Amino acid sequence: MTEDMGLAQLSLLIVYLSMAIITMAMVSFAISLAGTRTSKLAARDRVPALVGSVGETEPATAPGSALDSEVPKGRRAANVGMSLTWLAFAMLLAAVVIRGIWAGRVPWGNMYEFSITSALGVLGAFLIFSLFREIRWLGIYVTTVVLLTLGLAVKVLYTEAAQLVPALKSYWLLIHVSAAVICGGAFTIAAGITIAYLIQDRRLRRTPEGAEPPASRLPSAERLELLNYKILTFAFPLWTFAVVSGAIWAESAWGRYWGWDPKETWAFITWVIYAAYLHARTTAGWRGRRAAWISLVGFLAFLINYFGVNLFVQGLHSYKGF
Amino acid sequence: MSDLASDLSTQPAAPPPLGTKGFFRWAWRQLTSMRTALILLVILAIASIPGSVLPQQGLDPVRVNEWIVNNPTSGPILKRFGFFDVYASPWFAAIYLLLFISLIGCILPRSFAHARVLRSKPPVAPRNLTRLPRSTEVSSEHPVDVVIDSAERVFRAKRWRVRRGEDDGGQWIAAEKGYWRETGNLVFHIALIILLIGVGYGSLWGWKGNVIVVSGKGFSDTLTQYDVWGGGRLVSATDLPPFSFTLTDFTADFERGEAQRGAARFFEGKLTVRDTPGAVPYDTTIGVNEPLSVDGAKVFLVGHGYAPHVIVRDTTGAVVFDDTVPFLPQDGSFTSTGVVKVPDATPQIGIQGLFLPTAALDAVLGPHSTFPAPDDPALFMSAWVGDLGLNSGKTQSVYRLDTAQMNLIGRKALRPGETWDLPEGLGSVEFVGFTRWASLQIAHDPGQGIALVAVTFAISGLLLSLFVKRRRMWVRARPTGTGSTVVAAGLARGDDERLESLVNDVATAAASGTETDRTRS
Repeated sequence: MTEDMGLAQLSLLIVYLSMAIITMAMVSFAISLAGTRTSKLAARDRVPALVGSVGETEPATAPGSALDSEVPKGRRAANVGMSLTWLAFAMLLAAVVIRGIWAGRVPWGNMYEFSITSALGVLGAFLIFSLFREIRWLGIYVTTVVLLTLGLAVKVLYTEAAQLVPALKSYWLLIHVSAAVICGGAFTIAAGITIAYLIQDRRLRRTPEGAEPPASRLPSAERLELLNYKILTFAFPLWTFAVVSGAIWAESAWGRYWGWDPKETWAFITWVIYAAYLHARTTAGWRGRRAAWISLVGFLAFLINYFGVNLFVQGLHSYKGF
Repeated sequence: MSDLASDLSTQPAAPPPLGTKGFFRWAWRQLTSMRTALILLVILAIASIPGSVLPQQGLDPVRVNEWIVNNPTSGPILKRFGFFDVYASPWFAAIYLLLFISLIGCILPRSFAHARVLRSKPPVAPRNLTRLPRSTEVSSEHPVDVVIDSAERVFRAKRWRVRRGEDDGGQWIAAEKGYWRETGNLVFHIALIILLIGVGYGSLWGWKGNVIVVSGKGFSDTLTQYDVWGGGRLVSATDLPPFSFTLTDFTADFERGEAQRGAARFFEGKLTVRDTPGAVPYDTTIGVNEPLSVDGAKVFLVGHGYAPHVIVRDTTGAVVFDDTVPFLPQDGSFTSTGVVKVPDATPQIGIQGLFLPTAALDAVLGPHSTFPAPDDPALFMSAWVGDLGLNSGKTQSVYRLDTAQMNLIGRKALRPGETWDLPEGLGSVEFVGFTRWASLQIAHDPGQGIALVAVTFAISGLLLSLFVKRRRMWVRARPTGTGSTVVAAGLARGDDERLESLVNDVATAAASGTETDRTRS
C-alpha cells in the first residue's frame, strides 16, 4: 500500500489546490456583491424585481430568463466567480476519483472521504442549478460552506486508510451514501436560499406601509420562497429514500432495520422537521417566515446528523478514524 | 395566490361551543387540523433528541447504569420518566399515537372527498372567469361552438377530464387534471399508517436473541441455548424454528497499515447448517452484510473474540476441566477477560484470566494487547481456590468469578503449550492454545415485509403528491358579431409557474380554431 501512497497524496494536493481556487471564487463573488452597490442599482431597482439577480439591469419578460445584454461591474466579477467554481468542481471531482482509484472502491469509506464528496455534491448542486436559474448571488454562500467543509476535511478528518470496516462492504454504500450526499447538497443550497429569503422578508417588513422597499441585490422574497420549496420538494423524497435504503442496509449488516442509533435518530429528526416544513407551507399563518425557519432548523438537524453524530456521539456510524 | 387546497383540507376550528357533543366535535376538529399535525411533528422531532444524547437501555445498558451512578440526582428522575428508553416510553408513544390519530382524522374525510371527486365531473365554470387569479381574454373570428370544440380537443389531447355546458347564450368548457396529486398524498399518509402497523406487528410477533458460539461448537435454536433472548408479547418459546448449526471455522483480519491500525477488515464464519433436526446438513458462510436465512429466522454476525483452550488437572493429575472458554474483548486490541470455573476439583478452582492476542506489559497499563490479531498470544491468570458459590442458588455470570469464599493462591502468565503447576500441589493449569468465537444475533421480524411494502408505497405516493400538478381550467365563449369573445382561466393547487402560460396557450388555441376542426365542418 505504501508505494501507492502517491495517488492519495496527489488527491490531497488537488483538494488543497481546489481550496485555493474556491477562495478566489469566494473573493470574486464578494466583489460582485460589493460592485452592485453602486448608484446604478438604486435606479434599476425601481423596476419590480421579477428575477432580481446580481446586477440584473432589465425587467425580465418571464421569470427565470436572465438577460445578458449589459454587463455591469458586479456581474463581471460574478462571472469570474462562476468560472472559478466550475474549475474547482472539476478539480475536486478529479481528487475524489483519484482517491477512489487509490483505494480501489467508492471513495466513501470514512469522514474525510464523505466530506470531500459532500463538498463536491454542494458545488455540483449549485452549478447544475445555476444552468437553469440565476443564482450567482448564492455563490458567496456556497463557496464559504464548501471551503469550511474542505478545511475540516483536510485538517481534522484526514486519514490515509484505504480499506473499509466490514460493515461498509456492501453495494448499499453506493446507493445510500450517494442519495445522502445529493440531499446534503440540496439541503445546503436550500438553506442559503432560505437565509436570503429571511433577509429579504425582514427588509420588506421594515419598509413603512406604502413606501417602496429599498434596493436589493437579491431576488424577491416571493421568488426565494418558491425556489426553496422547489429544492426541498426534490430533496425530501430523496432523503426519504436515503433513510429507507439505510434501513435496508442496516437490516443486513446489524440484524435490524431500525434501532434508534444516533445517526438513525437524527436522520429521522431531519425527516420529521422537513415534513413539518412541507406541512407548514400549506398551513395558514405558517407559510412564509415560520416555514422558512422550520426548514432552517431542518438543515441544522442535518448538520448535527452529518458532523455531530460522527464526531461527538458513540454509535454504529462512528467509524474508526472518524 | 388562491389555493385549491382550501376546499378540501380541514378548516381551522372555531372556538369551543357549549355542550359535550359540541365540545368533542370541536376537540376532534382541533386534533385533526393541519396546525395540530404540524405542532405534533415538531414535538416528535424534539422528543427524539434525548434518545440520541443519553445512553439507551436497548443499545447500551452498561452505559445507562454508569450514567445513573455518576448522576445520583438527575439519573433516577430521568430513569423514572423513561429517558433511558425514550423510544419505548409512554410519552413518546403518546406523541406518535396522537400524530397518527390526527393523521387518520385528516385522511379519512379527505379520502371520501377524493373518491367523490374522482367520480365527478369538473366543476361548472364560474360566471366571471376574469376574477380568477390567472385569466386571459381574446377575441376569435370563429363561432362559439368551434371555439369550445377546439378547446375540448386541446384538453383531451392532454388527457384532461372535461365537461361542457351552456348559459347566457354562450358556451363553456371545464377541464381538470392531476387527480394523482391527491391520490399520491393519500397513499403516502396511509402507507405511513401501514408502516406503523408493520413495526408494531414485528415487535409483537418477532423475537431476537444473542449467542456466542465457539469455533468448532454447535448451536440449536432453543431458548436455553441463548445468552440473551427477547421476544414480542405474542411469541412463545415453542415458536422457535428447530434449526441447528455448527461453527466449523472463523477467520478475522485486521488493518496492519499505519492509518486505522487494528481496525477490523474482514470476518467470516463457516457454518454447517441443518434446517430441521433430521435434515441433510449443508455448508454455508456468514459475514457482516451477509446474514444466513434459515427457516424464517436470520442469523447475523455481530461480533467475535477469542476462546483460550484450558486443561485443568487436580492433585492426582486427573483432568477435571478441558474446554475452550470464550473471553470478552475489552478494547480495540482485543485485550480479553474471562473466567474458568472448575467445580469438579477439590477444593474448587477458579481462574480469572486475561487473554492477550499480542501481549505487552508496561508499568502504566499492566498486561494488555497491542494488536487484535494473535501475533504473540499470552494468557495472564490469577488462580483462586475455595467455594465457587455455585450451590448458593444465586444465578452467576459465566464471565465473573465470585471470590467471596475463595483465596488467591497465585498469578502466572503462560504462552500456548505451557503449563503452570499450581502452588501447594493443588494441581496444574495448561494453556493448550486458543480458538475464536462468533457472537451471533438470531432474529425473526414478521413485520419487515409489511414495512418494506409500506415505505415503497410511501415514496411513490410522496413523489406523485409533490410533482403532479392539480389544475382546473375553464374556457368560456360568448358570441360577438360573426366571431366570439373567449375567456380562459385557470386555478392550481399550490404554486404553479406554468399555469399562466397554459391559460394563454389554451385561449389562443381555442380562439384560432384548429385545422382538424375546419376539415370536419
